[in-house]
Amino acid sequence: MSTEPLLELSSLTVDFATEDGGSRTLLAGLDLTLAPGEALGLVGESGSGKSMTVRAITRLLPPAATARGAIRFEGRDVASMDAAALRAYRDGGVGLIFQDPRAHINPTKRIGAFLTEALRHNRGLGRGEALARAEAVLAEVGIDDPARRLRQYPQEVSGGMLQRVMIASVLLAEPRLILADEPTTALDVTIQREVVAILDRLRRERGMGMVFITHDLDLALAVCGQVAVMYAGRIVELRSAESLHERAAHPYTRGLLGSRPAIDARAPRLTAIPGRPVSAFEAGPGCAFAPRCAFATRACESEPPQLVPFEGGLVRCARVEEIHAERTDKRTSKEATA
Amino acid sequence: MNAVEVRSLNKFFKAHHAVADVDFDIPAGGSLGIVGESGSGKTTIARMLVGLECPTSGSIAVLGRDRSRPARGSTERNTRAQELQIVFQDPYTSLDPQQSARAAVDEVLRHHGGRSASERAQRLDELVDQVGLTVRQALARPRDLSGGQRQRVAIARALATGPRVLVLDEAVSALDVSIQAQILNLLADIRAETGLAYLLISHDLAVVRQLCDTVLVLRRGRVVEQGDCGQVLDDPAEEYTRALRAAVPVQGWRVAV
Repeated sequence: MSTEPLLELSSLTVDFATEDGGSRTLLAGLDLTLAPGEALGLVGESGSGKSMTVRAITRLLPPAATARGAIRFEGRDVASMDAAALRAYRDGGVGLIFQDPRAHINPTKRIGAFLTEALRHNRGLGRGEALARAEAVLAEVGIDDPARRLRQYPQEVSGGMLQRVMIASVLLAEPRLILADEPTTALDVTIQREVVAILDRLRRERGMGMVFITHDLDLALAVCGQVAVMYAGRIVELRSAESLHERAAHPYTRGLLGSRPAIDARAPRLTAIPGRPVSAFEAGPGCAFAPRCAFATRACESEPPQLVPFEGGLVRCARVEEIHAERTDKRTSKEATA
Repeated sequence: MNAVEVRSLNKFFKAHHAVADVDFDIPAGGSLGIVGESGSGKTTIARMLVGLECPTSGSIAVLGRDRSRPARGSTERNTRAQELQIVFQDPYTSLDPQQSARAAVDEVLRHHGGRSASERAQRLDELVDQVGLTVRQALARPRDLSGGQRQRVAIARALATGPRVLVLDEAVSALDVSIQAQILNLLADIRAETGLAYLLISHDLAVVRQLCDTVLVLRRGRVVEQGDCGQVLDDPAEEYTRALRAAVPVQGWRVAV
């Protein structure tokens, strides 16, 4: 049993070169550690940098983007991998699942050909053996009659089925880390439930690590042990999924929780956060959330806050202690008057 | 009089029975949510209400006037537009990229005339203000606006004809969570101020609960159950509604093992 992290990001920064020769920061110093077998949720809105993080981890950044800082997978530096090492890293190290499976599968080839291509090419398996393995994995992700599915084309199956095919294709490479980028956003809720259940079961059975990217905080809490809330290219809060509802301390995390309507009751009014989410390059010198924050002071606008331990998690807010004290005061006085 | 009355509504696409014997009412000022998964027929119902699809059989009445057949001539078309409007999921594709928000709304006000230039300008200011756009945002083109701001433009444009019914086809689904909350609050305010009736098409049960009084659960074109929103969602009579409800991740929801 090794204690070495599966994935380690330190001060990961991604800049995007603009056409006029300037540069725009999309990720601004990300520190993250993932142990083998652990599931971490990355939650954020547009511009938070969550998808860019996945691209940086897999070294699939667009040409105009450059990454700084370090990404280590099982202790090895991803940036310095040569072509062969990178191939091995992507085939058996990390597996990627995207939001829209149709955009990532060749519509002119049968599902069987898609699933066996890597096995035959990279691993040198014969056609029969590769097909047998693909069939077994399709059964593992809950697909009935897998032999028939192998002969079908992508457009002959539903979106939910195709996402399972994508998961199967990732599993065939037996990765130690799965990066799932909004894997269920395009699916119906009942299918979403099946797909996340499959991912969860496979992760446990195979001891894989998983980074689960979503805009849906409640979904992340259901799937992951730890959740990192991102805003403007930075983590603003990191804590265990089970304590997040109770202990969320960053005003943005609390705002996100208040923004979502509940299924079991109608709120007289949602506690919407004013303004809109920004990207890292649009943010001012201080706290990126300050312009939308009800608790911000002038100091918040100029001094960038650090990620510090608070109530069992990490929070990037200079006023977190005061806000927390105010909230506790209010709660106690409410209880006293009740 | 009910704002919307739909009776025995059917739509076939060739052999595919997309909408099957659907009945519902929306009282004046009421708010009905139609929920269902992909292929349930919910968007087809919205399109038939607006007149983008023609029912195969059955009737649709808005403010007591039948609209199950295409409008005959521009007068009837204009009347229909003044009765019911629609807001789509993606305001980026439903707005003209060349037009500022003000111009887009003004175009509707001009078409549904009867106002002097100064009255129109005043109404325009009211609408822009009502949907929470700043003067500067109102002069910007869609590409310079965020998704939430664009959806505000689409709502202002829909309100410009002075409709009594607003169809919201997944109108908040593509928005960021914090923006979705703003638009849901805005829609609740508009309904409280104007007494408009809403028909919300959505796959999101929590959004429906937040905005609607009644709900209709649709599956493969058929009504599974309908009734008071709180009652149907808290105590579903049908297995399918229970499954939909149970699939929504909430606090304490764990993935099924």
